[in-house]
Amino acid sequence: MAKLIQLYRSSVGKKFLMAASGIVLFGFVLGHMLGNLKLYLGPESLNRYAEWLREIGYPALPHSGFLWLFRLVVLGAVGLHILAATQLTLLNRRARPVDYRGRQVVEADYASRTMRWGGVIIALFVLYHLAHFTLGPSWAHPDFVPGDVYHNVVVGFQVPWVAGFYILANIALGFHLYHGLWSMFQSLGVDGESRQGWRRNFAVAFAWIIALANISFPVAVLTGIVS
Amino acid sequence: MRLKLQIWRQENGEAGGQFVTYELADASPEMSFLEMLDVLNEQLTERGEEPVAFEHDCREGICGSCGMMINGQAHGPMAGTATCQLHMRHFQDGDEIRIEPWRSAAFPVLKDLVVDRAPLDRIIESGGYISVNTGSARDANEILVPKPAADRAMDAAECIGCGACVAQCPNGAGQLFTSAKISHLGLLPQGQPERDRRVKRMVETMEDYFGSCSNYRECEAVCPKGISIDFIARMNRDYVKALIRGE
Repeated sequence: MAKLIQLYRSSVGKKFLMAASGIVLFGFVLGHMLGNLKLYLGPESLNRYAEWLREIGYPALPHSGFLWLFRLVVLGAVGLHILAATQLTLLNRRARPVDYRGRQVVEADYASRTMRWGGVIIALFVLYHLAHFTLGPSWAHPDFVPGDVYHNVVVGFQVPWVAGFYILANIALGFHLYHGLWSMFQSLGVDGESRQGWRRNFAVAFAWIIALANISFPVAVLTGIVS
Repeated sequence: MRLKLQIWRQENGEAGGQFVTYELADASPEMSFLEMLDVLNEQLTERGEEPVAFEHDCREGICGSCGMMINGQAHGPMAGTATCQLHMRHFQDGDEIRIEPWRSAAFPVLKDLVVDRAPLDRIIESGGYISVNTGSARDANEILVPKPAADRAMDAAECIGCGACVAQCPNGAGQLFTSAKISHLGLLPQGQPERDRRVKRMVETMEDYFGSCSNYRECEAVCPKGISIDFIARMNRDYVKALIRGE
């Protein structure tokens, strides 16, 4: 524990822990996306899957026990990720108090330059997403039925601006994942062929897969493929 | 060549500065960028004005003294060159060129384009050395160095400490410089005894002055010696290992 705190004190360590928490969050969005694919298998399949998530480990664990444990881990990773990002951003602002009249961007791509705002967009989206499909107050969802995930998704995405917001947020997620996954190797100290090797391919592949699959859900509802 | 130069002029560290525009009517495409500034300074001196202060020494790209932001890019538009190796043939007749000093909280402006890069020296002092036994000189080939390690250490040792990496980085980070210096010693057998202590002290000294790495790769792109950001990954791993091993 003392070593973890010592690690966190340094900016190299903060980046290391951002990468570590990023792995947890990457695992979460990947699993979340894979689970949501059950939308294509029909109401029974998706709702049973949602029910199963609450029953993992039962009766060894109480109802929803594993789910809450899992939520705590993800929440911890989100907290650490945001805290470290905020502290590093403030440090970096202090390191360059006077900026150039016109700094040329030589190599940094769009994804890397939008990590901070992309992160903010994703965080706001997640809050909305929780209200929309988990809590379901009337301002967030027109007809929320607890337990009937399929119904909630189909009705929820029939509102075009809501579907549009989901699509935009997942484009932001795709960019964030691309730079994040690539950077993760760097921050964890995976050495060698930094630019065009398997690390970049890995980042590109998963950013596309996760963003496209997530975007397909509202699109499928809007086009009537899922109803 | 006729050029319009916008140059940052600042009397000293305390004074505020501003851009001043100069017309240079007779630059030649064969001149280096520094020679072009020499010509401007001759003309300023003849007019009784203060010449533009800038650092320079070897003028062949190995000392790391020269360095300025040229049109918003450290060392100007050519890859793999220091300012002294940049030639005016890469500019067009009639061009407007904006010249600024390196900007970083760690590099205060001393005068015009000259900044104080002493924090880079502080990083070296904190761990950029190896132990050498006293006594008679040992045989040069007594310590075996694997060829790949020697090559890679040499790639890192190419760093001339000009500070372009810090200047270009949106975060004002010093990782490329620090990681090159750590790797240059840490890759060789002679650098092993202090390996953990070196990375820990040099990283911590770096963090007293500079920002953090966001993997923008801007540093690598402007480095006149093409130092790879792979050294940054190596430094990150070495730092975490050193902490775990309890240095």
